[in-house]
Amino acid sequence: MKPLEVTLIDYGMGNLLSVRRAMEHCGATVTVTAEVDAILTAPRVVLPGVGAFADGMAELRTLGLDATVRQVAAKGTPLLGICLGMQMLLDESEEFGITDGLGLIPGRVVPVPRISTQGKPQRIPHIGWNELVVPPQGCVDWVGTVLHEVRPNDAVYFVHSFMACPSNPAHRIADCLYGGHPIAAAIGKGNVFGCQFHPEKSGEIGLKVLMSFLSQ
Amino acid sequence: MRKTRLIARLDIKGPNLIKGIHLEGLRVIGSPNEYALRYYQQGADELLYMDCVASLYGRNNIGEIVRDAVKDVFVPLTVGGGIRSVNDANELLRCGADKVAINTAAVSNPELISEVARRFGSQCMVLSIEAMQVGVGKWEVFTDNGRESTGLDVIDWVKRGVDLGAGEILLTSVDREGTRKGFDIDLVQAVTQEVTVPVIASGGMGKPEDMVDAVQKGGADAVAMADILHYNRATVGDIRRVAKLAGLDVRNYEAA
Repeated sequence: MKPLEVTLIDYGMGNLLSVRRAMEHCGATVTVTAEVDAILTAPRVVLPGVGAFADGMAELRTLGLDATVRQVAAKGTPLLGICLGMQMLLDESEEFGITDGLGLIPGRVVPVPRISTQGKPQRIPHIGWNELVVPPQGCVDWVGTVLHEVRPNDAVYFVHSFMACPSNPAHRIADCLYGGHPIAAAIGKGNVFGCQFHPEKSGEIGLKVLMSFLSQ
Repeated sequence: MRKTRLIARLDIKGPNLIKGIHLEGLRVIGSPNEYALRYYQQGADELLYMDCVASLYGRNNIGEIVRDAVKDVFVPLTVGGGIRSVNDANELLRCGADKVAINTAAVSNPELISEVARRFGSQCMVLSIEAMQVGVGKWEVFTDNGRESTGLDVIDWVKRGVDLGAGEILLTSVDREGTRKGFDIDLVQAVTQEVTVPVIASGGMGKPEDMVDAVQKGGADAVAMADILHYNRATVGDIRRVAKLAGLDVRNYEAA
């Protein structure tokens, strides 16, 4: 069998070791790089990231990688954004003023609601295990997406204070509920996918997500 | 709102997983990552590595153990023991830790709590507290595995730690640790009443039902378990079933 290859974009936002190890555990050959050519020729690309949206975009721009990621997406290469990497796939974010994103999935990144639907204050960041649910008007089933092997109510691990709001509900693959509010947990448009949760910290369910991405 | 987390606690001395009573009389159990893998496979929600000797002897090899663990353990890892600076914390995060737990250095330099929280986020900064009862409804903060008295009142210190930026509290009862007598529910309750950040109850879990008490009576957000798992008196799966039956909101997970 041809070895599964995946390239992680290393743009200085957060530690890539856990993502790398999880991919290796899934049988992938992993390249960690910030080189444009290596990213453009990769069969699959992951945009990871932990931290603030504006910092992440600034780092990508400084390295000239914002255009590279757009090219990757335009070529049809499977692309997976994780956490901040997912949020940057959208048009813009409200974190510390409006910052432009990569514009690969239409929509905006907004704060996780601080008040539950029952009017109670809730803790921010949203952190911990939470269950994936099918969005009311979203993606009809998970076949062929990064959640191909995942079932509704499987739990995955989140740490975030902002959330993606795709303007087209069809781009929502899965939500989770926090204080009654739906939060986009996985999004997708064609070959571009995003996970708000951390598949590399979500146990066997997370590994299934990475395996499905590696099969793309 | 949040799910109750079942955390497997691994106390480390040098290359070994160890277990003591009242954090002393340490006995070697085995290789840390064999146990870590077992608990991961049983469905532990997180793992907690505590290096018992780092703050006494200034050694710091816990990073290697963590780096090795992340090859086949894919849940969040908290690592503590001997962290004295933002750089120490950064080094452990680079090894694959998701959060750091700080006790001794936070007492001697409380500003470290703020520095770590500012640099990596509050969710990353776990304030580890070793509490010993000194009177009715009164507990004192100890450091260095319950050996060094600090004169600090636990409740005052928890509040100060949260104000400084701690995002979570690891609350270890030195009195109960390793005794299998159940958690010090009064202590857990006294702390959870004062703060809104998550509190991990640690020390004394003898049977799965003790965890239910820590959550339902004590208000704990998570429980740390060591002895009960190391000596195979229950698996994480057994404990999860007991939790579900008691009506606790735990992660939906069936071990393969």
